[in-house]
Amino acid sequence: MSQNLLGTARCIFKRDLILAGRKPADVATPLAFFIIVTSLFPLGVGPEPDVLSKLAPGVLWVAALLASMLSLGRMFAGDHADGTLEQLALSPHPLTPLVFTKILAHWATSGLLLVVLSPLLAMQLNLPTHAMGTLVVTLLLGTPVLSLLGSVGAALTLGVRGGGVLLSLLVLPLYTPVLIFGAGAVTASASGLDTKAYFSLLGAFLLLALAFAPWATAAALRISLD
Amino acid sequence: MLQIVNLTCTRGDRALFGRLSFSVQPGELLHIQGANGSGKTTLLRTLCGLSQPADGEIRWKGTSIRQLADDYRNQLCYIGHTNGIQGDLSAAENLQFGTCVGGADSAADIAAALERVGLARAARLPAKLLSQGQKRRLALARLLVAAKPLWILDEPLTALDINFGAVMNERLASHLAAGGLVIITSHQELKVSGRTHKISLDS
Repeated sequence: MSQNLLGTARCIFKRDLILAGRKPADVATPLAFFIIVTSLFPLGVGPEPDVLSKLAPGVLWVAALLASMLSLGRMFAGDHADGTLEQLALSPHPLTPLVFTKILAHWATSGLLLVVLSPLLAMQLNLPTHAMGTLVVTLLLGTPVLSLLGSVGAALTLGVRGGGVLLSLLVLPLYTPVLIFGAGAVTASASGLDTKAYFSLLGAFLLLALAFAPWATAAALRISLD
Repeated sequence: MLQIVNLTCTRGDRALFGRLSFSVQPGELLHIQGANGSGKTTLLRTLCGLSQPADGEIRWKGTSIRQLADDYRNQLCYIGHTNGIQGDLSAAENLQFGTCVGGADSAADIAAALERVGLARAARLPAKLLSQGQKRRLALARLLVAAKPLWILDEPLTALDINFGAVMNERLASHLAAGGLVIITSHQELKVSGRTHKISLDS
């Protein structure tokens, strides 16, 4: 009996999670980066509670964005080097859903952990407690977009010398809308304003990225393998 | 069955070979020979559909492989230079993942395949502890589990010891006897009983 698409996708997801578990340093580095960057701000700006709470949404979002970019390199690099990517490209299943599974597994071991960590760091920056929920929801909607957009860049820069820098140049401009509306929602919520429009926009970004990014990544991977 | 018509491949701006035509029928092995850099790997990757030819067509049962896409990939098993083995997974996990991605049932007998390539005792070891030859054996074990008709093998005998080289020749022969197709590059002489052809890419 042959394996169906869902079964293969489950294999890939499980394998990527197992691998992340066996290389904890890869998972921990972006998280440590997130913690350190957000902790540097109170040291640099000074411990004024008002100033910090004003800065908090932007600082948290920018740090989360950079941290998630830091982890993009490992999304395909290892599989490219050891030939697993060729096997994926030669799978009888279409590459797009397989790539989507890899992105999902990558988000679960990077973006999702940033979301979990964010309330703790928000307290450190004196973000009002009533904005905490908004922060978590915006990150929950926004970090998958970062992983999805980033995957296109990661696929395009595979095997390129100095790919890391090129990757950030490619991807960071694309991240700006997510940053603007993500941080904007948290700021609005901190000052007691309505955040529904922000959520709708972030949700729309997520849907758009879900529809196009895996397909674009699969196409980019085929080019990188050629 | 597999028909190559006027195939031209380039690498960068350099033409590797031009207007190559041949066909491989069930039960046949095609041994591709050529000096280093003559385009053997490029040819194999093109036959898999990983690389696009500059010109010409590849047909499987009369239909272009571009049209067949997933259906064609379901027929082939490719073992390239890179083994497709992740060092942090055990040998058994690697083989399981490889067959799963290849579209075969994950419940297929992984242990038996590892036994047949002589890796039964290394099944639970992280693959990074395996020697180069053992990694090659592990990659080749995919052929046994996947049960695909078309095998495309890029230098499968590198790093293998003499004994396993002989085992490999037997495996190839039994695959041919069962009506399979093999396209292989190798600098060693193959001692496979069955219908074998050779082509050389040296002009």
